[in-house]
Amino acid sequence: MKKYLTYFRIRFIGGLQYRAAALAGISTQFAWGFLYILLYSAFCRADPEAFPMEFSQLASYVWLQQAFLALFMNWYYDSDILSMISDGSIAYELVRPLDIYTLWFTKTVAARVSKAVLRCFPILIVASLLPDPYGLTLPPTPLHAVMFVLTMVLGMFVVTAFSMLIYCACFYTVNATGVRMVAQSIADFLSGSELPLPFMPAAMRRVIEMTPFGVMQNLPFRIYSGSITGDEMWFLTGMQLFWTFILIGGGWLWMRAALKKVVVQGG
Amino acid sequence: MKLYFRYFMIQLRSQMQYKVSFFFTLLGQLLTSFSAFLGIFFLMQRFHAVEGFTMNEVMLCFAAVLMAFSTAECFARGFDRFAPMLGNGEFDRIMVRPRGLILQVLGSKIEFTRLGRFFQALVMFCVIIPTCGVVWTWDKILTLVLMILGGTVVFTGLFIIYASVCFFTTEGLEFMNIFTDGGRQFGAYPFSIYGDGILRFCTFVVPLALCQYYPLLYLTGRVDTFGYALLPLLSAVFLIPCLLLWKLGIHHYKSTGS
Repeated sequence: MKKYLTYFRIRFIGGLQYRAAALAGISTQFAWGFLYILLYSAFCRADPEAFPMEFSQLASYVWLQQAFLALFMNWYYDSDILSMISDGSIAYELVRPLDIYTLWFTKTVAARVSKAVLRCFPILIVASLLPDPYGLTLPPTPLHAVMFVLTMVLGMFVVTAFSMLIYCACFYTVNATGVRMVAQSIADFLSGSELPLPFMPAAMRRVIEMTPFGVMQNLPFRIYSGSITGDEMWFLTGMQLFWTFILIGGGWLWMRAALKKVVVQGG
Repeated sequence: MKLYFRYFMIQLRSQMQYKVSFFFTLLGQLLTSFSAFLGIFFLMQRFHAVEGFTMNEVMLCFAAVLMAFSTAECFARGFDRFAPMLGNGEFDRIMVRPRGLILQVLGSKIEFTRLGRFFQALVMFCVIIPTCGVVWTWDKILTLVLMILGGTVVFTGLFIIYASVCFFTTEGLEFMNIFTDGGRQFGAYPFSIYGDGILRFCTFVVPLALCQYYPLLYLTGRVDTFGYALLPLLSAVFLIPCLLLWKLGIHHYKSTGS
């Protein structure tokens, strides 16, 4: 356990060094968030009746999405790990007395958390200062705040476990860009980072909410804004727990199977 | 031009060596922009109209911007890979060759997989053009063609700026994404829905609206002045500051020395 924590610390501190990149990222995410808010407010003006949630709930969703982008982005893959798999230096990784799945999982989580820590605060602070329906509001009850934090951590685990599956798939191909892109674009859409799930047709939304994608960012952000409450909240959190175990367990087994077949060619 | 064609063929052949990967990437691209399409479709289906624009009109606008973007991206991708090119000294090698710099940078990377988006735009046009209710007289066809060409020019200009900035920072600026990817993402809707400020910005600073909002007004019969249809031509002026910045960057260039 301690070994993995050390790796987490190394990665985390390493990630914190990229402050200029974070600054650029923050300004990009601000602009992105603003345009989204403007876009949805145009739709809200067009037909307020058809708007599936309160506008302030949507605004909170958008700002949380921008602030915690690094935790939930489906396109993030550790380039070290990818090149390790394709150029064979994974051999060095294999001789270490560590479990590779846990190690890579820790590394990826650490990279995500360090990025998010650098970026989230300025966005959260400014967004909460914005005038009423456009800004970030507080969650309705303290329970929602607690559940938000819990489901956000679990959601990040689900996202990371999903990307671990892609690393496993990389063992089987020479150039994995294609597989990655297909997986990423499907995950992006189904997780609601393109369009928040409430805006999709009801039947489709209900199905997606049951899948691992529905419990990625959709769940924590909507618990925060109070758009998911009561029994639904408990049920979906249970679902999220279930998927976390399934994806991590499945990924671990798959990686063990993939590693058995790995052939490192000399050098 | 002949040289560019040679680059073109070499790139095509080299990318065709990894066929499975090529088609997967193509599929990935297609899925990415297809999900953007689905997003717009669901929103328009729910709200029927935004700022008076109907589903068909928004889709027409989206297809034009998508096609412009993918064409620009396919050919000007070399600029996007410019930061590593500066970093590993490849640009030094380019500079000693007795050929145009821009031509060589363009030729260094041609992303055929980006055509996934292009095909999608093409399919969308095939569906929308007959059904959108526009009477396709010659002037309207010309308008649409100009919209796509103008958009391609503006996006290319943005890619050139992106690369030029690298001369000063040696690293790509993430912030530029808001203009390129953001232009594609948010340009799917006529810029007027984001309010006057954004519309003015997209008219006078980054002239995306010139090839999108104004010609669309003419295309859908909202205004009758033919001048609106010719505005995309004006957007070519945008290339001048872009190229000036590029020249300035070259002037300023110091090799990273590797």
